[in-house]
Amino acid sequence: MSAPPPVAASVLALRGITKRFGALTANSAVDLTLHKGEIVALLGENGAGKTTLMNILFGHYLADEGEVLVASSEGELRPLPQGSPQAALDAGIGMVHQHFTLAENLTGFENVLLGLEPLFGLARGRRAMRRSVEALIARTGLSARLDVRVAELGVGERQRIEILKALSRRTRILVLDEPTAVLTPQEAEGLFMALRTLAAEGLSIVFISHKLDEVLALSQRLVVLRAGRKVADRPTAGADRALIARLMVGEEVEVERPAPVHPGPVALDLAHVSAGSGRTRLIEATLALQQGEIVGIAGVSGNGQSSLAGLVAGLLRPESGAITVLGRQGAASPAERRRDGVGRLAEDRHRDGMVGDMTVEENLVIERRGEMPFSRLGLLRSKAIRAAAQEAIASYDIRCPGPDAPLRLLSGGNIQKLLLARALAGGPRLILANQPTRGLDVGATVGVHRRLREAAEAGAAVLLISEDLDELFALSHRIAVIHAGRLTPVVDAAKLSAAEIGLAMAGEASSGFGAAA
Amino acid sequence: MIDALEILLQANFWAAAIRIATPLIFGVLGALICERAGVLNLGIEGIFVAGAMAGWLSVYLGAPLWLGVSVAAVTGACLGLLHGCLTVILGLSQHVAGIGITLFATSAAYFGYRVAFPTVTTPPRIEPFQPLGLSFLEAVPVIGPALSQQTALTWLAFAATGATAFVLAKTPLGLAIRAVGDNPASVDAQGLSVAGLRMGALAAGSALMALGGAFLTMSAFNAFFFGMINGRGWVCIALTVFASWRPGKALLGALLFGAFDAYQLRLQTLAGGAVPSQLFLMLPYLLSIAALILVARKADYPRALMKPYIKGER
Repeated sequence: MSAPPPVAASVLALRGITKRFGALTANSAVDLTLHKGEIVALLGENGAGKTTLMNILFGHYLADEGEVLVASSEGELRPLPQGSPQAALDAGIGMVHQHFTLAENLTGFENVLLGLEPLFGLARGRRAMRRSVEALIARTGLSARLDVRVAELGVGERQRIEILKALSRRTRILVLDEPTAVLTPQEAEGLFMALRTLAAEGLSIVFISHKLDEVLALSQRLVVLRAGRKVADRPTAGADRALIARLMVGEEVEVERPAPVHPGPVALDLAHVSAGSGRTRLIEATLALQQGEIVGIAGVSGNGQSSLAGLVAGLLRPESGAITVLGRQGAASPAERRRDGVGRLAEDRHRDGMVGDMTVEENLVIERRGEMPFSRLGLLRSKAIRAAAQEAIASYDIRCPGPDAPLRLLSGGNIQKLLLARALAGGPRLILANQPTRGLDVGATVGVHRRLREAAEAGAAVLLISEDLDELFALSHRIAVIHAGRLTPVVDAAKLSAAEIGLAMAGEASSGFGAAA
Repeated sequence: MIDALEILLQANFWAAAIRIATPLIFGVLGALICERAGVLNLGIEGIFVAGAMAGWLSVYLGAPLWLGVSVAAVTGACLGLLHGCLTVILGLSQHVAGIGITLFATSAAYFGYRVAFPTVTTPPRIEPFQPLGLSFLEAVPVIGPALSQQTALTWLAFAATGATAFVLAKTPLGLAIRAVGDNPASVDAQGLSVAGLRMGALAAGSALMALGGAFLTMSAFNAFFFGMINGRGWVCIALTVFASWRPGKALLGALLFGAFDAYQLRLQTLAGGAVPSQLFLMLPYLLSIAALILVARKADYPRALMKPYIKGER
């Protein structure tokens, strides 16, 4: 972390930005100033208004109140016409979105060219452009294959293309929206190196992130939004994780520990079960889970977790071995599993957990649509549905414009709160929580953890599948590791160290799981 | 049997194949330009009819042939822009709007014809485009004479194929069109207009479709008949998938279909009355379905095809 430059000129000023979506105020009188060569971290919970603010800056949304000022080439702050991405680009603002805006049927280089050349004309100057992109790659270390179709590139490389694209436009201000969410730790480290180089050259960077360690390592200044308002704007030096978490959530975040366990009858019993196919096949898995306890399954994604989850949820049939779920032996359909008392949180909530175009309340009761009190004589009863939705919105603190808003309008954390409300409705006896806090911020994560812990105390068995060691240790009574489709024995979490789990996750023999040391 | 194969060596057969292929070349190019930009244009069948009618009528009313061709192209472009207003600006279903355009354009053309000629039973004739008779080509066996029998519009179709391929592959405009059909957000993020690009592609593509119609009334025949388009537009939609949205393959696909069609016509004569002629009529369509099954299962559709782009929506 370098010291902030003494008195650098401001390159950007947002003044009194307010933005409302119907009843929801996403930004409320937010001020933000950015200096030349500075890296500012923009923090906040899901739905705090970070992305909205940046979309206003970039002209994707129109602010209801307030103005955006950008330094002209003479260094004088001038108002930026709003609602025009073209004006933002011309003013030297580049944005790397969370969801990439790359055309997959074009090569990386063609994506960089897009919009740089005059539309009507022949392709001239591509060779010079090519040289300057290659020079940029050499200078920043943002390596990417330029002549391969983007469809064939991995996420890390796609992101580097996005950044190269933004930088190829004489960008002076670069906004990165959660850039490391999809990167491996090595890729993230490479990105940070490049960003530091660029900042040293005078680029001003706004960095939106959830990951507190990254924010501390990279930024010079912190700006924290909470419920649409700016609640902090301070130098990073002197801040620590606890302070940032408190600023974001607005309360002291307690250190989490699993509650003592009072195990009940066996809820899930796998004996030498194999299922699934390919790389995610589950091989000869043996596992017993009792009611009242939380068992964590650690492992890098794609090592058989999805087959394990599919078995428990009823999406997959076992090929061999014996499975008993809540007293039912053998395979069952997802509907039977749910009626037996299995509550599920899908790994990919957007793909498998929700119908984005349906409303909040419809998504909430969709699994129980045919049951009392939500339907009678084959007709839906809208009053009962509305009442249940309002109750869930209040008790789970789901921030949304209303029960009849389409679910896709909600932020990721609020969607997960709703899915949690749905999974826990009716008091399930076995909860399958597959990556329950992936992509969530500190506040939402704490909420999900609290609910899962309460459910276990109330007697539910929880199968927690996660890649996050902090989460596994915070919740699990016992932990097993899955690697290449094989489960280790389940071990008391208190007797395990992070290093032992890490070894087992990498497929090495680990003494913590009974391998000869 | 021998006779059936000998057909393939006749210059006349190939001349007919190219003649039948020409309107399809225009149509497939038009459809693929629209689809590369992310808009399915099922108005194609009606645009063919409107182009055939508009071009022929202008010439009948005294316009020179090339002015007639221009009128047809402008008519097509206007219908394309109408389709764009419905699907790009308003974001309506591209299927429904396209079929609506087809019904509208077909009926409007027939109506225009009836208004112009309320009492005529045989459609009046015009003096159509004549074969260019390029004598230097005659030396090339089979294909040479076949090409020299074609009119200027066929050569225009060949030129349009090259031009489309060049623009799509080699120019900034082509880059933007390919990008807007794959991920409109990529274009929007670069400050280019998604709607502008799509409207432009629709206008250009629909103008080409209308030229396909104009070829029929102004080169292949010399008058406008009801029902003369006879599904050619729909064939072009299928050929677009067959061609994997590539101009070169589009030319090939159209020529292949033209060859099938010309071949079945000759087989009909050869078989005399032994086999019902309807079976032969089915042949090119059956073959194109078969070809489509082989090719299109692996088809790599433009990812944003048929998805309206609404700014700022999550």
